[in-house]
Amino acid sequence: MTDNTRRRFLKTLLAGGGLATLTGCDYLSEKTWFRDTLAQGETLSDVVQHAVTPRKAMAREYTPADISPSFRANGTTDPDAVEYRMLAANGFRDYRLKVGGMVENPMTLDLAAIRALPSRTQITRHDCVEGWSAIGQWTGARLSTLVEQARPHPDARYLVFHCADRYGRSHSPYYESIDMEDAHHPQTLLAYELNGEPLPIANGAPLRLRVERQLGYKMAKYVMAIEVVESFDHIAGGKGGFWEDRGYAWYAGI
Amino acid sequence: MARARLRTVYRHPLPVRIGHWVNALCLFILLLSGLQIFNAHPHLYWGSASNFEAPWLSIDYHWSRDDGYSGRTQVYGWQADTTGVLGASPGRNGELEGRAFPSWLTIPGSRWLAMGRSWHFFFAWILVINASLFLIWALFAGHLRRLIPTLEDWRGFGQSVLDHLRLRHPTGEAATRYNILQKLAYLTVIFGLGGLIVLTGLCMSPRMDTVLEPVLEFFGGRQSARSIHFLAAGGLVLFVAIHLFEVIVSGPVNQLRSMITGFFRYRDEPATDSATTRETRHDG
Repeated sequence: MTDNTRRRFLKTLLAGGGLATLTGCDYLSEKTWFRDTLAQGETLSDVVQHAVTPRKAMAREYTPADISPSFRANGTTDPDAVEYRMLAANGFRDYRLKVGGMVENPMTLDLAAIRALPSRTQITRHDCVEGWSAIGQWTGARLSTLVEQARPHPDARYLVFHCADRYGRSHSPYYESIDMEDAHHPQTLLAYELNGEPLPIANGAPLRLRVERQLGYKMAKYVMAIEVVESFDHIAGGKGGFWEDRGYAWYAGI
Repeated sequence: MARARLRTVYRHPLPVRIGHWVNALCLFILLLSGLQIFNAHPHLYWGSASNFEAPWLSIDYHWSRDDGYSGRTQVYGWQADTTGVLGASPGRNGELEGRAFPSWLTIPGSRWLAMGRSWHFFFAWILVINASLFLIWALFAGHLRRLIPTLEDWRGFGQSVLDHLRLRHPTGEAATRYNILQKLAYLTVIFGLGGLIVLTGLCMSPRMDTVLEPVLEFFGGRQSARSIHFLAAGGLVLFVAIHLFEVIVSGPVNQLRSMITGFFRYRDEPATDSATTRETRHDG
């Protein structure tokens, strides 16, 4: 081979090889068995992160000076469901949070009852799965108290949060779920205030979940009901959340 | 002068070869899936939170009814129209679409953050496991010692830089040992960039931050960690580019074979002081 043909051959090989590799990656990305295999990476992250961090390890809390000038809102920013619009029009006076499922003491609470629960105020960093972060001050009811009052069945493992908003092209109801460890964490709140003001609609009024050691998509907005379950296989796509049904990990730890 | 004899040595032991190719695969996938993840929010900041008004790097697109998509890349005060490659590039149907890095630089090719994350974290684990096994082996097999520069290496530093710049490579037996620049490059990549990219990656985890707060503080906050993660990836790309260049100019077939089979060929000749003198003698 002359230098020229060799060079051309190498170039073609590189370009062709590169293209074939990328096409191969796209082909594999469409295969369920391959997606399930890759997902083991995030399962391993879940196991290792839980092994190396204490159950009650606290997320860092910032000072008022650190609060972001505007707290970005992602996903739904103004739910269009008629039921929700009516609640909002009336300043959420008719809002009721339902707590049910595998509990001995199902409850229905209005906002006054939720505000009467033991509360906590914390300035924390919110990390979106997209990559950005925002710092805000949240005030809300401690979820642990509510869970204790509802008295979950010993077999209960998860809390499922059903939301008022529908999202995406499929216009599917938003929902999320967390385990009992996060439900009992002192920083896990049902927040009704952001930066000292009533929670804006864009950020999830009247009630949104704060799970400070996970990514933003876990922190369901417009929470209407909490269902205590042993498994979430029977709910929507069966993966435990709106984004989980669309390929995101259930444990949003990184 | 006696004619040089062609000699074959077993240069790269099996753990080095396996480690090398697993690394190559992981770095390739981590880079391209990383760019997919970057595309979800193509702006970088310094500090804990994102100051959306002031990213130091931004690869954004602009859309207008008349002109369609155009790509804009901004680094600090500097800004350029990068339509076609950065910010806006042709999608599957050949038409321009708004995306920071182009389709041919991301895994998957289409905009698919969930899948990009899956690829990224799976191969991040493979890389970490591979690197750990390699380091344990290297420590016990004395391989790491081969990477520590000797006093003699340091004395030849200037000469080595000159040789590299003139694309003159050690021949003979000297070619079977790592030279000073190679040693420094490998040490920097393994312990510098490698350590940096793993730590800054971990610092982006809100749960890991509960125990890594001092490290996060050291990097300057989560958004700084994300920026450094991106820059360290750029450093690794630079290393790979130079590495491939050196392989090509120092005999790609021999180098590639030695990293596959372990066997490296060189011409046996009397020892000399530097590559330069050897070159002269060959010419004469």
